[in-house]
Amino acid sequence: MKKITLKVNNESRFVHVEPNEILLDVLRDKLGIKSPKSGCERGDCGACTILLNGESVKSCLVFAIECDGMDIRTIEGLSEKGLSELQESFIKHNSFQCGFCAPGVIISAAELLEHNPKPNREEIKEAIAGNLCRCTGYESIIEAVEDLVSKK
Amino acid sequence: MKIFHESAAYHVSGKAVYIDDIQVSDQILNGYLYTSPYAHAKILKFDLSEARKTNGVSAILSYRDLPGENQMGPIVHDEPVLAEKSVEFIGQAIFLIAAQTEEAALEAKKKISIEFEELPAVTTLKQGIEQNSFLQAQRKIEIGNTEKALKETKNTLSGEIEIGGQEHWYLETQVCLCVPGEGMEMKAYASTQNPAETQAIIAEVLGVSKHQIEVETRRLGGAFGGKETQGNHVAAWAAVLANHTKRPVKVRLQRDEDQKITGKRHPFLIKYTAGYNDEGLIEAVDLELFANAGYATDLTMAVLERAMMHAENAYFIPNMRIIGKPVKTNLPSNTAFRGFGGPQGMIGIETIIDIVARKLQKDSAEIRFKNLYGIHDKNITPYGQKVENNRLFMLYEQLVKSSEYQMRRKDVERYNAQNEFSKRGLAMTPVKFGISFTTAFLNQAGALVNLYTDGSVLLNHGGVEMGQGLHTKMQQIAALEFGIDIDLVKVNATNTSKVPNTSPTAASSGTDLNGMAVKIAVDKLKARLAKVAVKKLAELQQGLNFVEEDIVFEKNAVFSSKYSDLKIGFQQIVNAAWLERESLSATGFYSTPGVHFDRTEGKGQPFFYFAFGMAVTEVEIDVLTGQHHVLRADILHDAGESLNRSIDIGQVEGAYVQGLGWVTSEEMKYDTKGNLLNHSPDTYKIPGVRDIPQIFNVKLLEGAPNPTTIRKSKAVGEPPFMLAISAYMALRDAVSAVGNHKLEPDLQLPATNEWIVLACRKLRNMLMC
Repeated sequence: MKKITLKVNNESRFVHVEPNEILLDVLRDKLGIKSPKSGCERGDCGACTILLNGESVKSCLVFAIECDGMDIRTIEGLSEKGLSELQESFIKHNSFQCGFCAPGVIISAAELLEHNPKPNREEIKEAIAGNLCRCTGYESIIEAVEDLVSKK
Repeated sequence: MKIFHESAAYHVSGKAVYIDDIQVSDQILNGYLYTSPYAHAKILKFDLSEARKTNGVSAILSYRDLPGENQMGPIVHDEPVLAEKSVEFIGQAIFLIAAQTEEAALEAKKKISIEFEELPAVTTLKQGIEQNSFLQAQRKIEIGNTEKALKETKNTLSGEIEIGGQEHWYLETQVCLCVPGEGMEMKAYASTQNPAETQAIIAEVLGVSKHQIEVETRRLGGAFGGKETQGNHVAAWAAVLANHTKRPVKVRLQRDEDQKITGKRHPFLIKYTAGYNDEGLIEAVDLELFANAGYATDLTMAVLERAMMHAENAYFIPNMRIIGKPVKTNLPSNTAFRGFGGPQGMIGIETIIDIVARKLQKDSAEIRFKNLYGIHDKNITPYGQKVENNRLFMLYEQLVKSSEYQMRRKDVERYNAQNEFSKRGLAMTPVKFGISFTTAFLNQAGALVNLYTDGSVLLNHGGVEMGQGLHTKMQQIAALEFGIDIDLVKVNATNTSKVPNTSPTAASSGTDLNGMAVKIAVDKLKARLAKVAVKKLAELQQGLNFVEEDIVFEKNAVFSSKYSDLKIGFQQIVNAAWLERESLSATGFYSTPGVHFDRTEGKGQPFFYFAFGMAVTEVEIDVLTGQHHVLRADILHDAGESLNRSIDIGQVEGAYVQGLGWVTSEEMKYDTKGNLLNHSPDTYKIPGVRDIPQIFNVKLLEGAPNPTTIRKSKAVGEPPFMLAISAYMALRDAVSAVGNHKLEPDLQLPATNEWIVLACRKLRNMLMC
């Protein structure tokens, strides 16, 4: 067991972890951050996507012990001061159905908009290409981002 | 006004609670499975004593430790909770382990001692057919005289087509959390489409009455049929472990495990013979449908039946014989999946029409149009039900125009003439889908509506929210009927102690059935409120004549239509009713009238109505690599008077893309031993964002209310799945272009890159000969 410190959604938290513990499990089971979901345990579905030091990663592929001192953002953090414009846009477009993929998709889209405030359709698709959604056919997700971008 | 999904704010903020997110005490144990490594084997002996000593392991159970029945088959009792003397598929559960950690469970698994004697296994559909391995007797539906008509018809064709299965790939894998209560009580938080059946199976397995078991389902992270019966399995396992350890136990399958051991869409083999005239009118069709059931019955007979009832899709065929045969194989028991046999059934007739068009050198859309069910005649299905309120011609006329079909057909021809190694294909296909459970008694639903004295409404109904927007629609119906703001209505988690003995949320019927039940409950409450309103209004304004029949509920107020200036707020009237000692809680119950089906005769009125849709898809293939793209899809779908356009369009888009996966990329590969080889998303390919149509025009049919349903709406969950058949037919068209539409392409379903390149090569070789 090693004691590590993680800055989770602007809150500094320490936690004891084994060397083989997965970041996703530590977030969910030890820190109570439930928005990242376990969908495939191998970095393919994107349901566990979070921002690690500002970059999106699949938290099921990261060992927690590697993240000592790092900054972690999940969608709980995006809505600390109320829902963001991006989150509002997803609501308005009924973008999600079962909602299980939503936390990961939103993190990927938020990262895109941080680096590229005016992405085109292809860039939006590229950004969420690592997130699987089985319900929507993606169209409503793309539209929500496009609509938000068009208003800027 | 656009109404948003009732959970949308929770979805986008990460606050939506799925079962794996429920906070439970540190006392929780995780449940794990020890499963069969063989597709078919005898269990000679086993010894758990060493394994049970493993640190961190609280229990290891075999079938001998089950307190009740060792059964979890939903209809036929042919699925043991834990294998006894033999195993019948790879992944069948033999032992259950409750452990504090996965490591402890893995450690214990290594110490389990068990001996098998491997037996011959049937691992493919064709082997099953050759060995006469059938689950039950065949079923038949027939109209006219098929044999005679086939002899008399001018042209005939015959062949067979193999249709692959499909993994549900709900994002949330199978999961259930069971928390023991006092005595024999057990509360199960289950990811199930059928809480009442989950309750029944837990009760049977624990050997207790149903009233001891409470099943609660807030939301599912996707289901698509995969949790109609098979959500019961993890629930039964979790309940057994929780009952044994008297601690909360969660069983959550990991993705690979889920893909390996749960049932999928049934693979089919269809053998067909068809007769047609020179105009392309289909005169007779003889079909044999073989469904790969897997090792147990599950829902196979109902799936097969629905496949048979959709074998003619949207076409009038005067002479048709449809034989259905359920084939038993040593694979996980296949189960419900959006469309429930409908998609497989339709592939047969759509393939026949595609071939007829090529033989006659006509556009396939023309042949399809010619054979559509008529409005005034030519409207009797092979099972004897009349096709009423036919929307096919409305759809065809509007979609041919909006998709610019004729012009694009010419463009595709021009493109194909100019390009040797890239080909385009275009196809338009219809969908006619019967709405109702074909097992008539399931067409029932209940609701419980509670009014609180502050005017807020708590709505319970028997349906499950799996993303389809059912709760949103129920919330809308209650708000509309009460004439109040939608945020005054909250939909409760589905719970067997609130609304008992419910049917599964399946067959696209969730809104039709539960919506009516909600309305009936609301009507009862309104009648009670109206009685109070008459009294209160009369107190406000003496001398006027207020009667209950005139009372209107609108804009959060209650008033008489005769004196609409005099209003009482909804909350005030509810509070007044409480003071008047009126019950503010009511149940509603609905059963669909008139549906029946005689299985021995193959005749009846199994459907309350039909939902229709039509799609035009254009694809482009690379002849040398088989790579393909959907360039454009145009869809016009009939949702009656849509209850929620945005939600319904989401259903149509999502269903089409899911169907696209089934017809193009989702191929399951097994080795000869019956091992599924691609059991994770890195090898099993569901559509990603780059796989959707580049241009995607989705519209709902306007001005076509459904006369007999809740607010004249139509079921929309399953029907649009089959619109993706247009993509498969477009791919056949593109491959066929390699042989200049003179040769028949040999294209399996799913038409993966691999199959496309092989089919193209075959045609190119034939051309060179």
